[in-house]
Amino acid sequence: MAASKSPKPAVARFADHEVITPPHKLGRVVGRGAAEDDPVARAEAALAQLSSQFTDWMNDECEQLDKAREQVRQAGMAVQQREALFRAAHDIKGQAVTLGFPLVAEVAGGLCRLIEETRDPRRIPLALIDQHVDAVRAIMREHARPHADALAAMLTRSLRELSEEFLVREGRDAGDIASPPIAPK
Amino acid sequence: MIRIDFNRLRFLVIDDNAHMRRILRTLLHSFGTREVYEAEDGASGLEAFTHIIPDIVITDWVMPIFDGLELTQMIRQPGANANPYVPIIMLTGYSDKRRVLAARDAGVTEFLAKPISAKALYHRIMNIVVNPRPFIRTSTYFGPDRRRNVNLNYVGVERRKGGKADIIKQQALFDKVKSSA
Repeated sequence: MAASKSPKPAVARFADHEVITPPHKLGRVVGRGAAEDDPVARAEAALAQLSSQFTDWMNDECEQLDKAREQVRQAGMAVQQREALFRAAHDIKGQAVTLGFPLVAEVAGGLCRLIEETRDPRRIPLALIDQHVDAVRAIMREHARPHADALAAMLTRSLRELSEEFLVREGRDAGDIASPPIAPK
Repeated sequence: MIRIDFNRLRFLVIDDNAHMRRILRTLLHSFGTREVYEAEDGASGLEAFTHIIPDIVITDWVMPIFDGLELTQMIRQPGANANPYVPIIMLTGYSDKRRVLAARDAGVTEFLAKPISAKALYHRIMNIVVNPRPFIRTSTYFGPDRRRNVNLNYVGVERRKGGKADIIKQQALFDKVKSSA
């Protein structure tokens, strides 16, 4: 565990910077183990066991998104409402793939992009927000049906076009234009 | 085969989403960790960090009160807390270049884009434990060395001033373990 007393870091000073080598406290946990022990496989199995709850979890997330939409309907896109809507959509974007609903992630990501890239989010039409939230709901509701992928693709495409039209018309916030993904998987 | 004794590591997971915390807890427990502490926003995360003194922090970016980036900047304050060198994994739905660079410049140790996988999380932890990086302090930055590799083909101005001793190669723990075996 983390020790309360620890040796001091080694510091090398240069003209405009210092290079500090902290004591390698975590070195104590490195050792050798059997090749057949596979912690990743164990974790994947545990996650698979948990997956029976994932649909309920996704429905909870959709509820949160719905509540945030309701707040926007009642109070407009003031900072608090906007942040709650963004957080709800961002949570879905981040989790939906892990929970087994990748098509939902795309629509939720589209709503995040709309909120982030618009110069003035208060000007986003409520109808456009509704369309995104309703699309998330529809894809969730229909996910087990045979035509679900086609429906999701159609909804995603048309929402992207509508959002793009809006962003072109309104002007993007240059600081918030998403650059290409570079994070390693 | 190099192994980490997860049983001896203490984690602090900071995420406003209870489901994501549950997933992380499940993964860390499966790796063998017993001690996984949780906080649901940046403020309670900082408080927990001060009291728990974790070995590794895993934080979300988008959170209420203050976010994961602000939390990282608060932790990376030499002298202000028990362990400004603590490894921080930023786990986030963002993956674009601008955000990754912002996280790096705030002092994040590893960046992990959602969707999370057991393998990606394990590799980030392994990298933190086995290949620690020195810290750099300048007038504008305090955090893990942002130069992960020495590029022998680099052509351009050396931005760090101070001569050859600038580059301090730290022997990776992996090599130490290998040579002592």
